[in-house]
Amino acid sequence: MKGGGGNTSEMKSLKLNSHSPEQTQLLGSCLGQLAQRSDTFLLMGDLGTGKTCLVQGIAQGLDIKEYAFSPSFVIVKEYHGRLPLYHIDFYRLNHIEEIADLGLEEYLYGNGVCVVEWAEKGLQVLPRDNLLITLNYIPDSEAQRTICLKAQGKRYLELIKQLKSTLNKEFNVTLNEVKEKGL
Amino acid sequence: MKILGIETSCDETAAAVVADGSKIISNIIASQIDIHARYGGIVPEIASRQHLLTIIPVVQKAMSEANAGWQDIDGIAITYGPGLAGSLLVGVNVAKAIALATGLPITGVNHLEGHIYANWLSSPSNCSCPIHWANGAGKVRFPCLCLIISGGHSDLIVMKGHGQFEKLGRTRDDAAGEAFDKAARILGLGYPGGPAVEQAATTGTPCIPLPRAWLKGSHDFSFSGLKTALWHLAQKEQISATDAAASFQLAVVDVLVGKTIEAAKELQVKQILLSGGVASNKFLTERFLNSSPIPVLIPPPDLCTDNAAMVAACGYYHFQAGNASSYDLDVVPSLSLG
Repeated sequence: MKGGGGNTSEMKSLKLNSHSPEQTQLLGSCLGQLAQRSDTFLLMGDLGTGKTCLVQGIAQGLDIKEYAFSPSFVIVKEYHGRLPLYHIDFYRLNHIEEIADLGLEEYLYGNGVCVVEWAEKGLQVLPRDNLLITLNYIPDSEAQRTICLKAQGKRYLELIKQLKSTLNKEFNVTLNEVKEKGL
Repeated sequence: MKILGIETSCDETAAAVVADGSKIISNIIASQIDIHARYGGIVPEIASRQHLLTIIPVVQKAMSEANAGWQDIDGIAITYGPGLAGSLLVGVNVAKAIALATGLPITGVNHLEGHIYANWLSSPSNCSCPIHWANGAGKVRFPCLCLIISGGHSDLIVMKGHGQFEKLGRTRDDAAGEAFDKAARILGLGYPGGPAVEQAATTGTPCIPLPRAWLKGSHDFSFSGLKTALWHLAQKEQISATDAAASFQLAVVDVLVGKTIEAAKELQVKQILLSGGVASNKFLTERFLNSSPIPVLIPPPDLCTDNAAMVAACGYYHFQAGNASSYDLDVVPSLSLG
């Protein structure tokens, strides 16, 4: 995983390259370990870019024993670990009114960590303070993805800072060296 | 013993009257598929509003078609999870209201357990499903291996007796029905995705190589790699949608059938029980019947998809075992089985 960052504007965001689903999960696991009550992570990215994979990692990081699998059909799934994880998926929703009427407040402003897949469909009704995670395919590569994390609000600036340091500490490498070490 | 079953966990508002856990007397489904097709998927709030609008007429119709008054009913079975909270609440509250007004006992049914009990139902007289009849519906023998495959679930469950479930495997990412739905979107085949892919596949040939996740050493399933492979293929080159549909369907069926039969042999179960919406896929059922050395029970298509007759059948066995619920039964959106 290769990262960038440094000056003030970049502190707000972190861009990584994942070379495999395992790396994406590992990043999720770090996020899960750092997550706090009422955190909101918004996920955007096309089919197959690894959103559910990242959430599986987050679940592991929260000490959740079950597999977090896609909630595309059931819309909301709840898991219990160190903190509750609310795994929400807007895949099948297309109108903001329908999302607004879902009654998600108890999840979004509750005691758990809220992760929303296909968040772009409902940004207007989601908390303004959040960690926005965008996953993209890298052209001509089957396995690689770029993962861009963007902080909106103080809590998430702090989270990105901690994440950088965790990635450094946990794997004893700086982000720029991560690729060579095979994170 | 006649049970009124009510089901509102997801798309369908349904009610049914079933006698002795097997004989369907009435089976009403107010399918919301037309509403959802416009939006390309389930629309929860519309779903729960639609449940509210249709639940009373659906229950009344189930009762009138069964020629039954409340004095003819012995208990009410209601799905209390898993599913969308708003949708589940409609059914559970209607069931509780009827129970309070009539004094009838209620029992909460796990939707997944309900799906399995579709295998106990004998078909109504208007059902023409040779596969179902050929396999002796309702003659379930324990222990059996249940494969529940739908939009939200892909579970392999060992059933040793009524109410005795042990989860053997589950999907690690996408459910089988969801995989079909997403493949249909990638290929532009429309909604609902399962029937759309199945239909397109009938005129295609499975000539496109696609990956299969066997997950050796585990009874779990995984379909997201297959979905991603299809996405890459559709981006890269001009592929025939029908050939892609046939290839995709073959890949899913290979894994579902292969792993289920392998597990059934390993555990030496007496039967394999299919259920859930994907079990209405003909290509899949034919593959099972042609390749399994162990008898396979398959409910007719209209009992594979969500319905209330399966809930009533399951409820009958709950009552037989003395498992009535109290009137403070609540919904459990994330309920699991086994």
